[in-house]
Amino acid sequence: MDKTYYNPEDLKKFENVTDFQEKLGKKFFDYYGSVFEEGALTAREKSLIALAVAHAVQCPYCIDAYTEDTLEKGCSEEQMMEAVHVATAIRGGASLVHSVQMINKVDKLSM
Amino acid sequence: MKSLIAQSHSLSDPAVQLDVINNHNEKVKSLDKFENKLEEIGLLPLKPTGIEIFQINVGYMCNMTCKHCHVDAGPDRKEIMTKETLQYCLDALKGTDIETVDLTGGAPEMNPHFRWFVDEVSKLGKHIIVRSNLTILDTRKFENLPQFMADHGVEITCSLPFYSKRRTDIQRGEGTYDKSMKVLKMLNKIGYGKEDSGLQLNLVYNPVGAFLPGDQESLKKQYKERLWKDQDIVFNDLFTITNLPISRYLNFLMQSGNLEEYMEKLINAFNPSAAKGVMCRNTISIGWDGSLYDCDFNQMLQMKTNHGAPDHIKDWNLEKLNNREIVTDQHCFGCTAGAGSSCGGAVT
Repeated sequence: MDKTYYNPEDLKKFENVTDFQEKLGKKFFDYYGSVFEEGALTAREKSLIALAVAHAVQCPYCIDAYTEDTLEKGCSEEQMMEAVHVATAIRGGASLVHSVQMINKVDKLSM
Repeated sequence: MKSLIAQSHSLSDPAVQLDVINNHNEKVKSLDKFENKLEEIGLLPLKPTGIEIFQINVGYMCNMTCKHCHVDAGPDRKEIMTKETLQYCLDALKGTDIETVDLTGGAPEMNPHFRWFVDEVSKLGKHIIVRSNLTILDTRKFENLPQFMADHGVEITCSLPFYSKRRTDIQRGEGTYDKSMKVLKMLNKIGYGKEDSGLQLNLVYNPVGAFLPGDQESLKKQYKERLWKDQDIVFNDLFTITNLPISRYLNFLMQSGNLEEYMEKLINAFNPSAAKGVMCRNTISIGWDGSLYDCDFNQMLQMKTNHGAPDHIKDWNLEKLNNREIVTDQHCFGCTAGAGSSCGGAVT
């Protein structure tokens, strides 16, 4: 296999992170499991949110995992892509909204 | 598209399919064996709980050639159950209290003796399920068949792999979704799928790709919402079915480089509760030539009933069949993954 920082096989080893710190690792996975249970939001809605966040944080493991998970949960391609656009809008908007600060500064510096 | 057998494709040979899912490469070879998993949970040998469903594959001929078809069915398949063999089935059924007769194919409607047989089974007081691909009912030759089935109280279980056009047509061929919607509306019109009509209409979901089905109830809710909102269509139940790694679906897995991962996924999702409820424990499958199998998948792999049980409908013996040992192999992981899978959907 080519040397790369990201290997899809590594996702299967995620649970091994408890090897170096069992107590905290276990707490994380227990919490993770609880987060994705059906609650005020459905498991399907949570999966779409996770897919969007996976793109926002640009995690290839999470993108693989939640692409498959949303497919399994019956999401359509359109719904999945719209979720990614939500992440994109927030990321893009987060840059753009800072331009108000730029405008403020321009106003202050300009005659 | 031609069937694998018409293409003389190596995967049309059941022995090759079994070899692939057992020995394709070192990774596949190293995976847990189904028999070992059954042994771990005390289910080996796998025994029937008693035959309740008499599932007859009346022929492999079909008007469609779907990409995932485990039967490798299509217009070029000529295997059709004869009236003589159908009569053997009736003779076998007469002496039993088996309640359900499940007709599958191919497109079961294409068997030339279909109406006669439904009529005869109906006279025996059995409940009849017909597994329809829907599109066959959109042809002139079969357009009055829905009313015939309604008159006989036939339950219709039909394929609709997704609620959207795109994914349905990818798997089943361009135009399938539109035809399916047209036929579902027609079935609704004569009462199928409507509350209190007594005419049961079920849809079958199966993943369009190398992934497992999600929660059946959640998918049913989504289908109900979308089909009602987009198409004014109603139905009674939705069954999620896992694709088993055989025939055309196996071909897809190999061509797309998904075989190892999919097998691993099925095995990692092995669920002991699902194993206890697998359909082969309450079903017998009859092939077009009268051969007996533990299920329709074993039929396609030509794995007949074994261990002293009769393997042809002419030699029907309910007691021996109820005490048989079920024949299994690696494909059986498809029925035990997650919530389990059967012709009636999830089993847990």
